[in-house]
Amino acid sequence: MRVSELSRPSPERLLKQVQAGESKRWGAKLKIFLGYAPGVGKSYRMLDEARRRFERGEDVVVGAVQGQQSEDVQALLRKLEVIPPPQTPEGQAIDLDAILRRAPHVCVIDPLAARNPSGSRHPCRWQDAQELLRNGISVLTSVNLLHVEEYKEKVQAITGKDTAESIPKAFLLAADEIVIVDVPTDLCLWRLGEKLTSIGISNYQERQLSELRELALLLTAEVVDAQLESYVHTHGIEPVFGTQERFLVCITPNSNALAMIESGKRNKERFQGELYVVYVRQRDGSGDKNAAIEAHLEAARNADATIEVLESDDPIQAISEFAHEKRVTQIFVGHGSHENWRDRLFGNPVLRLIRAAEGMDVRVFPH
Amino acid sequence: MVVPEETQRGNLKVYLGYAAGVGKTFQMLEDARAAAQRGVDVVVGYFEPHARPDTIAQVEGLEVVPHRKLVYRGRTFEEMDTDAVLQRRPRIALVDELAHTNIPGSQRPKRWEDVQVLLDTGIEVWTTMNVQHIESLNDQIWQITGVRVRETVPDWVIQQATEIVAVDVTPEALLNRLKRGAIYRPEVVQKALTGFFKGSNLGALRELTLRQAAHEVDLRKSAYDETSRIQVPRISEPRVGEAGAAQSKERILIHITADSSTAMLIRRGRRVADFLHADCLALFVHRTTDLSDLTPTEREAVEKHLRFARSLRIETQILAGRDVPRTVVDFARQSQVSQIFVARSKGRLRERLLGTSHAEDIVRIAHDLQVTVVADRSRRQTS
Repeated sequence: MRVSELSRPSPERLLKQVQAGESKRWGAKLKIFLGYAPGVGKSYRMLDEARRRFERGEDVVVGAVQGQQSEDVQALLRKLEVIPPPQTPEGQAIDLDAILRRAPHVCVIDPLAARNPSGSRHPCRWQDAQELLRNGISVLTSVNLLHVEEYKEKVQAITGKDTAESIPKAFLLAADEIVIVDVPTDLCLWRLGEKLTSIGISNYQERQLSELRELALLLTAEVVDAQLESYVHTHGIEPVFGTQERFLVCITPNSNALAMIESGKRNKERFQGELYVVYVRQRDGSGDKNAAIEAHLEAARNADATIEVLESDDPIQAISEFAHEKRVTQIFVGHGSHENWRDRLFGNPVLRLIRAAEGMDVRVFPH
Repeated sequence: MVVPEETQRGNLKVYLGYAAGVGKTFQMLEDARAAAQRGVDVVVGYFEPHARPDTIAQVEGLEVVPHRKLVYRGRTFEEMDTDAVLQRRPRIALVDELAHTNIPGSQRPKRWEDVQVLLDTGIEVWTTMNVQHIESLNDQIWQITGVRVRETVPDWVIQQATEIVAVDVTPEALLNRLKRGAIYRPEVVQKALTGFFKGSNLGALRELTLRQAAHEVDLRKSAYDETSRIQVPRISEPRVGEAGAAQSKERILIHITADSSTAMLIRRGRRVADFLHADCLALFVHRTTDLSDLTPTEREAVEKHLRFARSLRIETQILAGRDVPRTVVDFARQSQVSQIFVARSKGRLRERLLGTSHAEDIVRIAHDLQVTVVADRSRRQTS
């Protein structure tokens, strides 16, 4: 496949390219430690990395620290240089000018999601981090899922907790590195002072936390997928198959499209995958039954699918090209009800698709 | 919940990573030290003696049950001494490298089987493994890395774990560790860098690990919801069988043949069935049920495939039938199967001319069923 056609650049990739262009000159990198809740140990993991880097000779400073610190975290901080954040009546800010003057190689900012006091250079701390990166200073920082803008609503629905401090997801997607700090939910609760129960989900709180945990794992997988795609892109290599399940439902006016879309939706949820719905419009207009197709496309929209209407006289070829381009792993297609002259001439289209879609599962649905 | 200790099976906790050196063992030991400090009776049942220095340092202060030493072909190997662990009877035993194959002459061929014995007596086990050792992912791993992983663990072993912990590290950090010589000896490093540890491989394996861990968390949530009936707002839609969405349970039928692609088909069927929470069965059809007129090679292959399916906890059946596709489809209809899994035919042109492609015939006959023609993941994409 032609690499240039892999996919259109997403806004995230464009942002990443801009950031990369700005900071690569200086080799500054953004590394984010993501946790699903307080108490998973993000600060510890991050500061421990800062310590290791410092001991290996890197020039590391700490620009912001959490209000509440465990003993382990305090012990790590004693080994590191801290640029004291000025206290204001409105809370802590990081001393951007002092850090820029000091010009270390790496700056630790814990946590990333914070509103700056009025009168600061930027309203939000993540913008401070951006400025450091632009000035060639690498940033190590921590984020709680709750503070990712696009996840605030979901997290609130689960926990009832809301926050005024957030960072845009695009900032996460543009990070050079992201690590998830994953611990069992019971350990997380224990660190927060709850009684420790047996392992596995055993109570309501753990059940809530596991919802957040799944969300954080999938968000990280998404970031990794975006990085993988850009790696594939910049290195000009073939796309990798088999990481995320991607479903492609092919609809025709006659097909049992609603059942296929319904199944595609369920599969997408179960596999936490992607769902595409494709309709091929033939240029001669044959097979066009607008009302039926409109109803199917409406169902596809409701299923949160990515919809694509292709124009081609050879639907099988159009579908298989699209599927390869999108790294699809499963194609859903309806059984033809009867063979027409075209099929007799070119062969049964479903069987042709099966032969063309090498490397993918083809699931044939009853008519 | 108080359950008498004798009857309760031990919990299993798995630290899941995506490559050697991500820090699975390190984190397991760190958690074990924390547990020991809280006064929990934890011992090290097996620990890789050739581990990295910082990992070895983590073992200090923990009780280690001495390994069993076995001599095989003139060399001494160390294995877990399962009996000694049983005798010691700790509350928690740490057993490194779940996918390990024991040296011939050991009591059980696989370490995961030793772990079953510990769990059966009520000992909680913490263990480590990489995503590439999950049986049903074997073909996908081959597709991604070009490496056929031989040591695998059946999916049901991992599903019985009460807890899965994803041990994550960025590929950049992992590669740094590798180059510093913290993972392999220097002479192996270069080979690793161009092989398994290639940047795109690591990214793909890492994504697979994160998704697998999310899936495992999801399975446990569903199990909890079924028993507790407590409503927790969920991020995903309610699943089959829950509130209103009363759809019948899916049943997947895998069509077994002597063809080598069957192993791949079984793995894929198992994986899809697990994700869809579906039942899974396998069928072999032949003129006679006693297989006596198959060539020895074919017969051996079929028996191997049937055994493999059973090892993944798939119910198997052999039916007599002259018309293979017809028999498969009839059986599917009678057994309320919703989806038939078939492998793509190999010698396509010849088979088509002779009209002997079972896969395509099954697709043609089964208009009332879903038929999934599975990709040949045993072959890599040419690049």
